[in-house]
Amino acid sequence: METTKLPPSSPSSPTTSFSVPSAEKVDGFPRRSMRRARQRRSHSSSQFRYQSSQVELTPLPLLKDAPVAELHDLFCKKLQQCCVLFDFLDCVADLKGKEIKRAALNELVESVATSRGVLIEPLYPEAIKMISVNIFRTLPPSENPEFDPEEDEPTLEASWPHLQLVYEFFLRFLESPDFQPSMAKRYVDQKFVLQLLELFDSEDPREREYLKTILHRVYGKLLGLRAYIRKQINNIFLRFIYETEHFNGVAELLEILGSIINGFALPLKAEHKQFLVRVLIPLHTAKSLSIFHAQLAYCVVQFMEKDATVTEYIIRGLLKYWPKTCTQKEVMFLGEIEEILDVIEPSQFIRVQEPLFKQIAACISSPHFQVAERALYFWNNEYILSLIEENCQVILPLVFATLYRVSKEHWNQTIVSLIYNVLKTFMEMNSKLFDDLTASYKVEKQKLKKKLVADGVQGHLHLSSSVMHIKSKSSQAKVCYNLNDINQKVFCFPSKHKHYSKHF
Amino acid sequence: AAEEGGPCQSKMAGADGDDSLYPIAVLIDELRNEDVQLRLNSIKKLSTIALALGVERTRTELLPFLTDTIYDEDEVLLALAEQLGNFTMLVGGPEYVHCLLPPLESLATVEETVVRDKAVESLRKISQEHSPVDLEVHFEPLVKRLASGDWFTSRTSACGLFSVCYPRVSSTVKAEIRQHFRTLCSDDTPMVRRAAASKLGEFAKVLELDYVKSDIISLFTALASDEQDSVRLLAVEACVSIATLLPQEDLETLVMPTLRQAAEDKSWRVRYMVADKFSELQKAVGPEITKNDLVPAFQNLLKDCEAEVRAAAANKVKEFCENLPEDNREQIIMTHILPCVKELVSDTNQHVKSALASVIMGLSTILGKDNTIEHLLPLFLAQLKDECPEVRLNIISNLDCVNEVIGIRQLSQSLLPAIVELAEDAKWRVRLAIIEYMPLLAGQLGVEFFDEKLNTLCMAWLIDHVYAIREAATCNLMKLVEKFGAEWAQNTIVPKVLGMANDPNYLHRMTTLFCINVIVHCCGYPYREITTKQMLPVVLKMSNDQVANVRFNVAKSLQKIGPVLDSNALQTEVKPVLEKLASDTDMDVKYFAQEAISGECLSSSTIVDKLNT
Repeated sequence: METTKLPPSSPSSPTTSFSVPSAEKVDGFPRRSMRRARQRRSHSSSQFRYQSSQVELTPLPLLKDAPVAELHDLFCKKLQQCCVLFDFLDCVADLKGKEIKRAALNELVESVATSRGVLIEPLYPEAIKMISVNIFRTLPPSENPEFDPEEDEPTLEASWPHLQLVYEFFLRFLESPDFQPSMAKRYVDQKFVLQLLELFDSEDPREREYLKTILHRVYGKLLGLRAYIRKQINNIFLRFIYETEHFNGVAELLEILGSIINGFALPLKAEHKQFLVRVLIPLHTAKSLSIFHAQLAYCVVQFMEKDATVTEYIIRGLLKYWPKTCTQKEVMFLGEIEEILDVIEPSQFIRVQEPLFKQIAACISSPHFQVAERALYFWNNEYILSLIEENCQVILPLVFATLYRVSKEHWNQTIVSLIYNVLKTFMEMNSKLFDDLTASYKVEKQKLKKKLVADGVQGHLHLSSSVMHIKSKSSQAKVCYNLNDINQKVFCFPSKHKHYSKHF
Repeated sequence: AAEEGGPCQSKMAGADGDDSLYPIAVLIDELRNEDVQLRLNSIKKLSTIALALGVERTRTELLPFLTDTIYDEDEVLLALAEQLGNFTMLVGGPEYVHCLLPPLESLATVEETVVRDKAVESLRKISQEHSPVDLEVHFEPLVKRLASGDWFTSRTSACGLFSVCYPRVSSTVKAEIRQHFRTLCSDDTPMVRRAAASKLGEFAKVLELDYVKSDIISLFTALASDEQDSVRLLAVEACVSIATLLPQEDLETLVMPTLRQAAEDKSWRVRYMVADKFSELQKAVGPEITKNDLVPAFQNLLKDCEAEVRAAAANKVKEFCENLPEDNREQIIMTHILPCVKELVSDTNQHVKSALASVIMGLSTILGKDNTIEHLLPLFLAQLKDECPEVRLNIISNLDCVNEVIGIRQLSQSLLPAIVELAEDAKWRVRLAIIEYMPLLAGQLGVEFFDEKLNTLCMAWLIDHVYAIREAATCNLMKLVEKFGAEWAQNTIVPKVLGMANDPNYLHRMTTLFCINVIVHCCGYPYREITTKQMLPVVLKMSNDQVANVRFNVAKSLQKIGPVLDSNALQTEVKPVLEKLASDTDMDVKYFAQEAISGECLSSSTIVDKLNT
């Protein structure tokens, strides 16, 4: 989007067109290992920068040894102690302080998890403050500007030894039987949740895993925040789809949504339907779909199971965004369609069968055998087969021509034999219809042949006068083009062609 | 096959039996075709359709029809949005331009960003064609509708339309527009706030100064402290325009607090933006504020903890220094900027170093000879030895700045090893880049230095195993000959090039031919001796090469050499060879031989003949 120019995730020098990463790419041999090694060098942590002067930590008495009267006071002191941040990129800096904080965090985790009556009201603000100070930070720029979540190793958070314990503490805090939502909601507010959601962009999968569980608990316990959380997730997704195409935590957020959708009340609110149509379905257009497709398909199916009337929106939406060039994505779409068909209501099936089976026919004739294969597998699914059988009169005419043609033409033997099975199934389903279609297909083909022959002559005569001037122009252009072609051929790639054919 | 011809089609064309409209009927049919590509083709010919229909029917039939097709594929919609921006004359001129608003309004609410942006662009364009009255009656209500739309897309689009209608409407409407803009700046979706923030500067420019002070500043301050960094960073962009609009005495109170805050924002993205816009900001706030505020801010950015920010700041070092007030520029640079620059030379991040390397040489013109030798030269030398080739290349590519100040000799001792190393780099792109600087280096270092140190390199590139390098090396030869002259070529280049004609590798033999082509080209007629005496015999001899590629390149070379030969040489030497090649067993050799024969040089009298007579 024009209006939101984000700085690139890595600087490139604008004064020369020369840049090393792209060079490596064009070189044909992406030296991944080299690139990694270079990029492993870490930069300083954004988080650490804002601590003006380093405080020296002194160990406090253990919580378990504290007399009951002083327990809360000590707990509070430990929370405050844990607000001190350490530089983890310098792994030998202040080892003593790091150890004291680690021990304190461990104690806090254990105390919240095991002893009752620790969480009293005055501790809430202190606990939330400690959590905020530790986890909320501007995530650093990705070390690898072309980070591919499927191929590359993620950059792990350096301060994880502490961060993990802070997350653990937060989780235990939320799960504690003493936890009082009415007290927490004063501190876990909208601003807090917004910052929590931004952390889902973290490259570190361990962090996202914690965030997922934590956000789920927050959503479950703090009812007042639910609408807000959903709205902000919407915003994150919309930004991901239409603006940046980059957000690391889409899969995790979808996983949470999957269970949220499960809990929607019926009839579905307009807000939820809008979410489905304007956010979930467009998410299918994302380049990185493969990373979160399973979670996305789960959400979509959840919606259908809640309310069958959304089926048509979903299927028509998927057909609208059907991948045009990416076969890997096409296979994913087909997988999702099968999941949908698995739970579709017959009445809904009838509403979408026509456009749907046109698309399926197109997939069957795909030259990419995995696409064709995935589509043909639908006929192995008993429920889908029963739907097809019930609507054989409509579906068979839609796919017949394709099946017949592809069975004669496809290069891949597996596909050909799968198609034979499908044709056989159809024949058994409705042999009368099958025979009629076979006959009319042959007649049509004959007609087409004749027409082509006739057109070849007539069409030429008809066009010749009106397109004369265009033709003469374009033929000139064509000649030039061809010449260029020849020049290029011999100029750039003369060696292999010629040399080898002459001498070997 | 098209779907059934709807009412629209039969009404618009064909039904009245008007044959001239037949092609139009076809186009309109295609607008409804199932195949996206056909619909797209048809949309792209929309102006033809409109022209054929005439303005009346375009308004009453075509536009309503188009407004209905808004549920199409995004590609089609994009084409439609673009077309409609140029439709004013086709609907009957400015008087009727408002007919175009309904379809564009729908397009401005579409989800897909590119479609929406294009629709807004077209709306902005046609807004200029509205009369002031139409602007208030038709255009401004549309903006209001968009601004109060339910879904964020329409509100985002509205942000781009305020500034085009504001200057031309009455003061009551102006007040409304300002109110709408204010509302969108505090919209609850960040997408809309981002759109508003990115248009803030543009909107400020069309506002009266008093409103800039009262309205814009408060919006600017609010957006610059938004909870989302993606909004805050856009406010930095607006800061440039706003600061330009305000009188100097107001800057300190109205803009600087926000700018200072942005320069120290906790998000690196915002700081990056400040660094990236630093020169513009510096110009906008003027010399006094620069001295007091921006110098320390710039120092901080150069020392930022995120490499991204440091690199962006490093890129601005030269411009920043250039724009410092002249009276104490040198002192500021020497005491405040240079120490930071020194640290950046040994930064841990290669992007930072290479950003610096691309501008650091520019400092020498600002600081003058003595400072350059004393303070900058060590930095240049350090960067010339940097482990990262991009850094070294950036230094070499900017040598001209230093050359003007201290002369390149100061550097040549360190330069040479750096060049040699780059010339042999394992990555061909690096080699390619250094070749491209060769002519420049040769010019600055002089012919003697070149012959002694660099010539061998240039020759070695001719037999590189990557074609692109050989090609660039050939081209490099041409530039060198242009620089040093034909005699130099004859003495230093030609013998070596011709020597390669006997190389066992046919690729090298072909390189000989390619080099001959360029040498002939730049020596030309005045030095035809080189061609006729030295090069032609070699080319002719190569026509017997066993590799067909060499043979047809001989044909091509002969065609190039032809113009500088006299007709005698052509007839007695060149023609027989070409004729022999024309009966070669290889198709391509034949083809190029025939090309050369039919080329003008053999059929008509040559330039040489003409000059001789």
